[in-house]
Amino acid sequence: MDFLNAIVLLLNYLFVPALSYGSQLALGAIFVSLIYGILRFAYFTAGDLMSFGTMFTILFTWYFQSLGINLGFLPTALLAMPFGIIVTILYVLVKDKLVFSYYRTQKSPPVMLAMVSIGTMFVTQAIVRIIIGPFDRRFFDGEKFILKANEFKEMTGLNEGLTIKSTQVITLLVTIIVVSILFWFLNKTKTGKSMRAYSDNEDLALLSGIDPKKVVMITWVIAAILATIGGALYGLDKSFKPFTYFNNMLPIFAAAIVGGIGNPFGAFLGGYVIAFSEILLTYAYKKFFVYLLPESLEPDGLLQLLSTDYKFAVSFSILVIVLLFRPSGIFKGKVL
Amino acid sequence: MRKNLDIISAYSIMLGLIILVGFLQSWSMALSILCLCLISAVMTIGANIQWGYAGLINFGIMGYTALGGLAAVLVSVPPVREAWQVGGFNMILCAFLIVFMVFSIRFIIKKYNQSKKRSYGIAAIIIVGLILLRLISAPAIESIESVSPATTGFLGGMGLPILFSWIVGAFFAGALAYIIGKIALGLRADYLAIATLLISEIVIAVIKHEDWLARGVKNVIGLKRPVPYEVDLQTKEWFINLVEKFNQGTLNLITDASEKQELLKQLIIESSTVFVKLCFAGLFTVVVIILLIITQKALYSPWGRMMRAIRDNEEAANAMGKNVVKQHLLIFVLGSAIVGIAGAMMVTYDGLFTPGSYRPMRYTFLIWVMVIVGGSGNNFGAILGGFAVWFLWVEAAPIALFLINFFTSGLEETNAFRVHLVDSIPYFRFLMMGIGLLLIMRYRPKGILPEKIKHI
Repeated sequence: MDFLNAIVLLLNYLFVPALSYGSQLALGAIFVSLIYGILRFAYFTAGDLMSFGTMFTILFTWYFQSLGINLGFLPTALLAMPFGIIVTILYVLVKDKLVFSYYRTQKSPPVMLAMVSIGTMFVTQAIVRIIIGPFDRRFFDGEKFILKANEFKEMTGLNEGLTIKSTQVITLLVTIIVVSILFWFLNKTKTGKSMRAYSDNEDLALLSGIDPKKVVMITWVIAAILATIGGALYGLDKSFKPFTYFNNMLPIFAAAIVGGIGNPFGAFLGGYVIAFSEILLTYAYKKFFVYLLPESLEPDGLLQLLSTDYKFAVSFSILVIVLLFRPSGIFKGKVL
Repeated sequence: MRKNLDIISAYSIMLGLIILVGFLQSWSMALSILCLCLISAVMTIGANIQWGYAGLINFGIMGYTALGGLAAVLVSVPPVREAWQVGGFNMILCAFLIVFMVFSIRFIIKKYNQSKKRSYGIAAIIIVGLILLRLISAPAIESIESVSPATTGFLGGMGLPILFSWIVGAFFAGALAYIIGKIALGLRADYLAIATLLISEIVIAVIKHEDWLARGVKNVIGLKRPVPYEVDLQTKEWFINLVEKFNQGTLNLITDASEKQELLKQLIIESSTVFVKLCFAGLFTVVVIILLIITQKALYSPWGRMMRAIRDNEEAANAMGKNVVKQHLLIFVLGSAIVGIAGAMMVTYDGLFTPGSYRPMRYTFLIWVMVIVGGSGNNFGAILGGFAVWFLWVEAAPIALFLINFFTSGLEETNAFRVHLVDSIPYFRFLMMGIGLLLIMRYRPKGILPEKIKHI
């Protein structure tokens, strides 16, 4: 019984939150990795693009709510998301046309493009803050819990409750669907294959008649879709605040590099590596061992490896270690 | 003279703008802009050495700035004796333990060849060391933080004049840069950017949450100034006389004695803040000029030529027998140390240390905008960038208000759209920075004052 309690405890406080947080990071990391692989620069606007997409999802959610449209027990944001995606796609394409395409034709070094993406980061951040303001916003509606702690306790007779928020399940399901479509697209369709070829060897791809404009456009479209979905899911699960989104850029980059930058599948796993290590290292294991060990051996301290203040620092330290010992990432980077 | 016409005209325009602020808004405002411009200039000199001279991307400027600020606290605050008594011994023990760990790892790396056994040995030392550190420091930290937590709760500093911290800050930042450089300098350009950005976040996290060091997010306030305080000035005989002399004209116009006294009092209060800021501006100008002379000399020395050679073609420089790795590390440390000076200067100017206020937007990306807008590789350009961008950053709000009022003048005062725009004025500065950076990168990629190489 105690053993089961311990397992449920870990599931509740560790596994489920880490899984949903990891999915949100993974979506971000995949598009950063894609942009790095195909457009060949570090895209510093990542976090702010996510907040841009989320902002439009929120605006459409409000609009639908004012019309009285909702999805019953599902959050209205799911309905608004496609519209948010469309606006974000338009935004990145306009941005590419006005800003990035010039540097591509000039064959500027990647560093230059990274700097330019800092410029667009400032602009995107300003747009988001001017339109919706810098405040914390919650836009979740519908059924909040799938499984409540009390219900679980009654059902199983255990001491520990297991709470599953509906946003966590939605996050996981949406991530699985989006990521499997994406990998199917990259591996099976002709366009996807041409993207991989372009990432592998640009000159060879151009020689074999691949249209670079199309590849670049599709990359931006995928980036916009993933950014909006990832951002909206994060916002549903926690809350929407532009500053937090900007900060999320850092663990996203960490995930992309840990997984091997330029490698979307690596980035996908990297998101979970970062999320799990953040939560595993900062969780206080006291209660867990109280359940497992006999009373005489009960621990006094919190049994926390690191204080939760260092949550971000954990992922960055992992990154530094990976960079030191395996600069191409855990899953060999730079191959799409 | 002819050759430097662009530099002279650009700087006169900048100075003119600041003086204009003095006339239109207030002299106190103009001088605080000037002071922060000078601090930004020091930061841009540091970033420019790394990026302009050597082509290294350092997105960790925020971390070095914060370390400089930490130095200001550790140097100027008087030591908290009680805290040292309860926890000092353990903390010193920890410091020795860290030193011991570093040296034993170095010893192992030197002595044994690369093998699995060696890696396990190093890992064991690190893990055992960390556990020991935790065991020794945990009770000490707790007792240090419980020493009158509302006012101190930390070990305090050395109680020296705060000006020393400008040098100490440089050493702190340089030491951090040495460690980071050893770890990350081998990485490719964009990896280096991301790695330094993340490492600077780690530094901020440590400063924020290790309360025993500098009170963390509880902030340290009331740091001693190197210049006189306003309150003291207002009672000093010579200062009152000076103000009286300075404003003779206005004072003579008033005949009523009590009214005259009232006005004089007002003037003294106003001029005391201006005087203090003038003192700061003077100190900062000295630092900027010294740094400018040194960096300018370095740029045109054989060493500077070597750095440019390394920047423009690493392989060729390597083939000529230049030690690229060593020079990169050297310039990384030097540039970061200069940023550390700026960090200490900033805390000195503010008189308080607030770790919560260190954000990458303000302390890393804005500095980069300054360097790129001003002109990388050219010290005068970088400094001008620091001035121009900081000026715009501060004055963006009034400019945005003016523009909004101008463009929405057809709408009513209470129009929802207009009210919303006016409410979000603070964020227009981000828009201006972004668009400014994009325009400069597109149409003048070398900056306002581009790099000029004297060919001999």
